Amino acid sequence: MTEVTVETAKELGLLPEEFDLICEELSRTPNFNELSIYSVMWSEHCSYKNSIFWLKKLPKEGPMMLAEAGEENAGLVDIGEGLACCFKIESHNHPSALEPYQGAATGVGGINRDIFSMGARPIAQLNSLRFGNISTDRTRRLVKGVVKGIGDYGNSFGIPTVGGEVYFDDCYETNILVNAMSAGIVEVGKTVSASADGPGNPVYIFGSRTGKDGIHGAAFASKDISEDSMDDLPAVQVGDPFWEKLILEATMELIESGAVVGLQDMGAAGITCSTSEMSAKSGTGMSIDLDKVPLRQDDMTAWEILLSESQERMLAVVEKGREADVEKILHKWDLMFAQIGEVNDTGRVVFYRNGELEADLPADHLVLGGGAPVYEREFERPAYMDKIDAFSTDDISEPQNHKKVAKFLAGLPNIASKRWVYQQYDSMVGTVNQSTNKPTDAAIVQIKGTDRSLALTVDCNTRYVYADPEVGTSIAVAEAARNIVCAGGIPSAITNCLNFGNPYDKGVYYQFKNAIMGMKAACEKFGTPVTGGNVSFYNQNTEDGTAVYPTPTIGMVGLVENQDYVTSLDFKNEGDVIILLGRDVASIGSSQYVSKFHGIEFSHAPHFDLDEEYDVQQLTSRLIRTGKVESCHDISEGGLFINILESCMPSGFGADIKTNQSERTDVYLFGESQGRIVISVKPENLPFIQAELDASDVHHKVIGEVSGNHIFVDDEDFGSVLEYKEIYDNALEEKLGLLEKA
Amino acid sequence: MKFGVVIFPGSNCDHDLIDALKRNTGQEVVELWHKDTDMQGCDFVFIPGGFSYGDYLRSGAIAKLSPIMTSVVEFANNGGYVMGICNGFQILCESGLLKGALLRNNNQLFVCQNQYLKPETTATAITNKLDRDKAYNFPIAHAEGRYYADEETLDELEANNQILFRYCDKHANVGGESNPNGSLNDIAGICNEGRNVFGMMPHPERGADPKLGNQDGVAIFESIMVSLAVS
Repeated sequence: MTEVTVETAKELGLLPEEFDLICEELSRTPNFNELSIYSVMWSEHCSYKNSIFWLKKLPKEGPMMLAEAGEENAGLVDIGEGLACCFKIESHNHPSALEPYQGAATGVGGINRDIFSMGARPIAQLNSLRFGNISTDRTRRLVKGVVKGIGDYGNSFGIPTVGGEVYFDDCYETNILVNAMSAGIVEVGKTVSASADGPGNPVYIFGSRTGKDGIHGAAFASKDISEDSMDDLPAVQVGDPFWEKLILEATMELIESGAVVGLQDMGAAGITCSTSEMSAKSGTGMSIDLDKVPLRQDDMTAWEILLSESQERMLAVVEKGREADVEKILHKWDLMFAQIGEVNDTGRVVFYRNGELEADLPADHLVLGGGAPVYEREFERPAYMDKIDAFSTDDISEPQNHKKVAKFLAGLPNIASKRWVYQQYDSMVGTVNQSTNKPTDAAIVQIKGTDRSLALTVDCNTRYVYADPEVGTSIAVAEAARNIVCAGGIPSAITNCLNFGNPYDKGVYYQFKNAIMGMKAACEKFGTPVTGGNVSFYNQNTEDGTAVYPTPTIGMVGLVENQDYVTSLDFKNEGDVIILLGRDVASIGSSQYVSKFHGIEFSHAPHFDLDEEYDVQQLTSRLIRTGKVESCHDISEGGLFINILESCMPSGFGADIKTNQSERTDVYLFGESQGRIVISVKPENLPFIQAELDASDVHHKVIGEVSGNHIFVDDEDFGSVLEYKEIYDNALEEKLGLLEKA
Repeated sequence: MKFGVVIFPGSNCDHDLIDALKRNTGQEVVELWHKDTDMQGCDFVFIPGGFSYGDYLRSGAIAKLSPIMTSVVEFANNGGYVMGICNGFQILCESGLLKGALLRNNNQLFVCQNQYLKPETTATAITNKLDRDKAYNFPIAHAEGRYYADEETLDELEANNQILFRYCDKHANVGGESNPNGSLNDIAGICNEGRNVFGMMPHPERGADPKLGNQDGVAIFESIMVSLAVS
């Protein structure tokens, strides 16, 4: 075996001071296997060592929380009628940048295992994707690969993809972002914990065989992407959705049988991570015989088996005496399995290969919350922010032709229909997706057997976060809540996927720290605790050191208590009155209009007032519950004009709206000032609604009515809804270069 | 009456179908496990959508070799009603109970969307309550749904009135842009000559719940109830 020195530790990605900590804890120098284990367990990906200090400041308690952040593999929220929703979002950025198909596919597989390993059956998936310039061959190849990877895995696994977002910005050219979210349902009290209680209980591995794929994947995810990253290709895993489906069904039956004491999926750092985390959680230990692990190839060393990230594998602690019950279920589903060891009370994880002791380590010292190091990194306001401060609306001259801007925005990939993407995902399997025939701001998914639905959304406008990390991240939470409220739900809780650059870069760490503070403020205001998620650092290109925009993706779950409250975004009837809720502040910064039409990279974040935003959402929620709101849609990218257009397109209705004459027309139509929602109501309900509005402190204004099939602004014909729809529906395919061939 | 739904490893529309059958017929529904051969006295057997055995080889190519399919083929050959939806249609073609094959969609991509269909015959156990002039919204979700058969077979299917559905637009205009996958003659579903075996790519069970805002599929379940009551 290789002789271990501090140099070996450095090669494995550990810091010299971390090597000293390990030697001190063990009172000896670790062997190569042990050092390899530490290197993955203490990698950023598993240990959260550079983020946990700040993450702990996030609110994690709430009346509906059944499992708090960090307690289990995923968050658990009470949704009434004896049911809970288990949900989480996770990144698979680095693998997807190298091998988009498998990278994205295994991201979907991993997040679903997190959900069902707690005993919840996944019912809906979402994703958040960010790519570089849409016209480069690299981006086009990555888009096709990622979308096919997500589709092929999710479609076969059989859980509908009900929502998501796709953005294109140059900062993601090298380092794309692939964030996958899953939500499942479980009866309260029927969850399984990732623990290893009961010394003497046998430990089983089941699912796929263990191979050499994905070794050091966790360590790889904790490095910058570079030219040399192609040498890391074996660190990308290969997924098999068919196995995952079998594992899901078997896991559901295993939990139902009551024979399983603890369960964890094998994600990053495979057997190492699952055995040590489960042991540490219960204060127990495990003795594992690596010879028993079903292997894909014979010539695997102990550390290769320990660190393999082969997909679709589970670790189960079984109640002693119930082995036959467990094996019967695994046989039924034709899954590979083996008893590989047992739980003991030593507090240590011990691994044998060919009868030799290969590693002997204290479980608690390896894990987050135990001995893993915690760092508070230095931060400093990045220099680019001066350029943002220098921006003024007056820098932009008002265009002569507003129609040209309107059409440009309708065809902008960040705004246009994502149909080409979502048609490749099975969005209807499971017969739960209620948004298929009723377009809503957040995906509405029925909870079968009840009159309730879940409202699900993923949101992050990263341009805002780049302009102002704190405000931008508050906006991401607020927008997620706004989408849920508009669809008729009440926000419950969030999961987050924090995609940032290199944490050792002071500017990046400034973005990270401020993003957390912005998230904290908004989550406290909306009463939506953070149930967990993941941190992905090192999203940057080593060539020039530029990081991606700080991207704290927010996945939010809300509850619709009654089917009557589900509210769609499409205009319903000719003559309905269109009302703008929320203060109309002239604010143009960081809009798609400024950044893409005028090509201005540095501009301030849009106007945002957390208290006013909350009041607008509360009022909207109350109005929806009167049953007198016909449509409801929030204002986001593209501003008021795109909002109106999106409500027109599903039914083909037009609209006649009036602008605020005291404001520049381009700012009024295309600015992205936050905290605004547009509703439509029947004329006969207007007096009632007006009285409600007047009784509230929320700014509101009737801005027009649903009419004809053209959009009129201040009596100027902006064109037919149909011509905008043509542009909106086909822009993505066209800009991906897919229409020329046809 | 008793319905059976075959379950293969990888079936994922099985429970959607069981829910739809229970809600719309009120009858008993049993699961038929792929390793078994017992048909449990079912009056009508369904093969649901999904990815049987992962479908890594060719959709349905492994499923046709399963123990339960031996019984299903025997059941059908004795006149029993069998209906395959999506992967079920692919399996019935692979098994030889239906003619033709389902090839990769002409654009080579998986497609999931609402899809209008025009019923071509009401002279079957699954379409007798349908309106031939109406376009029904039955969602599709498949990568291999392009119906193919040689010319002679197509002529035979047309001549014998074995085409169940063709792809159309919302005004019931058949073909053209509304054909989502390049199927020959715009075929979305067919039956056998004996009119007791049915296959279709679209999913009527995805349009059979008021909460989903689409109940077009209910007419299929009503048709089945009518024919079972008569037979």
